[in-house]
Amino acid sequence: METIFEFIGSNITYIYLIGLMVFVGIELISHVPSVLHTPLMSGANAIHGVVLIGAIIVLGKSETTDYFSIVVGFIGVFVGTLNVIGGFVVTDRMLEMFKKKPKGGKS
Amino acid sequence: MQHLMEICYLIGSFGFIIGLKLMGQPDSARKGNLVAAFGMGMAVFGTLFLDKTGFAVIPNFGYIISAILLGTVVGTLMAKRVQMTAMPEMVSIFNGMGGLAAALISIIEWQEIAHHPEIEMPLGHYIPIIAGLIIGTISFVGSIIAWGKLNGKIGDFRFAGQQYINAFILLVIIVAAYFNFTHIADGGSLWFYITMAVAIIYGLLFVFPIGGADMPVVISLLNSFTGVAAACGGFLYSNNVMLMGGVLVGSAGTILTVVMCKAMNRSLMNVLIGMAGSNSSGSGAAVSGSAREVQATDVAIMMKYASKVIIVPGYGLAVAQAQHVCHELENILAEEGIDVKYAIHPVAGRMPGHMNVLLAESNVEYDKLIEMEHINSEFPTTDVVLVVGANDVVNPAAKTDPTSPIYGMPILDVEQAKQIVVLKRSMKSGYAGIENALFFDPKCGMLFGDAKDSLQKLVNEVKSL
Repeated sequence: METIFEFIGSNITYIYLIGLMVFVGIELISHVPSVLHTPLMSGANAIHGVVLIGAIIVLGKSETTDYFSIVVGFIGVFVGTLNVIGGFVVTDRMLEMFKKKPKGGKS
Repeated sequence: MQHLMEICYLIGSFGFIIGLKLMGQPDSARKGNLVAAFGMGMAVFGTLFLDKTGFAVIPNFGYIISAILLGTVVGTLMAKRVQMTAMPEMVSIFNGMGGLAAALISIIEWQEIAHHPEIEMPLGHYIPIIAGLIIGTISFVGSIIAWGKLNGKIGDFRFAGQQYINAFILLVIIVAAYFNFTHIADGGSLWFYITMAVAIIYGLLFVFPIGGADMPVVISLLNSFTGVAAACGGFLYSNNVMLMGGVLVGSAGTILTVVMCKAMNRSLMNVLIGMAGSNSSGSGAAVSGSAREVQATDVAIMMKYASKVIIVPGYGLAVAQAQHVCHELENILAEEGIDVKYAIHPVAGRMPGHMNVLLAESNVEYDKLIEMEHINSEFPTTDVVLVVGANDVVNPAAKTDPTSPIYGMPILDVEQAKQIVVLKRSMKSGYAGIENALFFDPKCGMLFGDAKDSLQKLVNEVKSL
């Protein structure tokens, strides 16, 4: 029990942050028209590509002779980048479709 | 320099929030995506160049930059080349990559621990590592299976009592993770890799039994899993932007999943324990009678003399790439003075909004796409409903047959229209695997063939009349 309290106490800022972000996420999504669900899922998908930063950190601090960590870290940064770049580009392509037509009006 | 990096992270985090907010409205959605991408760019830039340890001077910087460049090139090519119809698969793949990245981070972190068994490991440090591994692995394996299912490479696979086995496996993962923690002082990575192996098995069993109709829910759920895995990394490195981005996606993804479940009348719990789509209640009452086949000429005449036509697009439209010819037909009918609208079921296609994206690609006016709640009252006054490759979303059994697996799912009330024409390749059942009584309705005619060919025929016939 003591360790749990200590854990909470030493990470209190993060716990606040997590709690608030949960509410922000729920608020942002609950009132969205269903037509935007697919692009939104894709956009959220790109945002969790932020895991790339973790991969950069872990590869950056690996010993230069630790080939296992370097190879695994390299793959990590590569697939993390795939997630970020691919995610944003796919989302942009989807949303491009929603842009206002310059002409045509209501037919 | 440390402060500059924190400022980059701050901009990054706000970019994610504002970006998601803007993405919630059709007008600003594209800008929102760019804002989020800018936030990501700032966060990565800060990590690369502004850390106090100065990554730029250590040798691994070269590896990092080349991995990023390689990922950028491959990611852009993949995303640019994919067909609009294959978008759900693509999202699934990219989601899997994020999960894999999270799992790989944990593997490297674990190596550090395993090499120094003498250092005491606080539980608060261990949990994010092992949770990142477990959740990342499940998300990666699950996404790959979901990808295979969406493009038809992997079929459904289920056995009796699977939900209990899945729950048991989940328990095994937690026990293995705990054993791993208690054995840190002994050195070695046996329990760590057992944990990972069981997580792989769970990822497989988690998605295998779920039918294609539930895939959007699964992908959305795995999406939020990856968000949580990223947040674990943020906790581990006390990295605010990872934590905020990860938690944001975790909660937004979960609520998106719940919204989708509601639209499909499934409980999230059933999806979670692998029951979704298992049709445990039987395949519903058998439907007898014979379907009436019609020819394109008849349908063309029917539509030409109608005053109101509603098109119901489904996955068949996406598969056949028929969105452009569908828009052409709509235009021709509109020129004849016929009122043409599209009825969009929330889960038509493979993902919510799939049909909107597809039809928008072929320049269909945004306000012609009517959502289910608003169009259902219009069917009784509609002369012809053209169902293009949709099946389960127009199955009246959802309202009339309590034994049907889709009973209770909100559907489009097309059977209230005066005439119904179904464009379909064959009498094969839809993703739910059940018969559709609509096809045997005397008002309903079947126009067999590929959706694109059939629509093209209709366009030609209407023109020549």
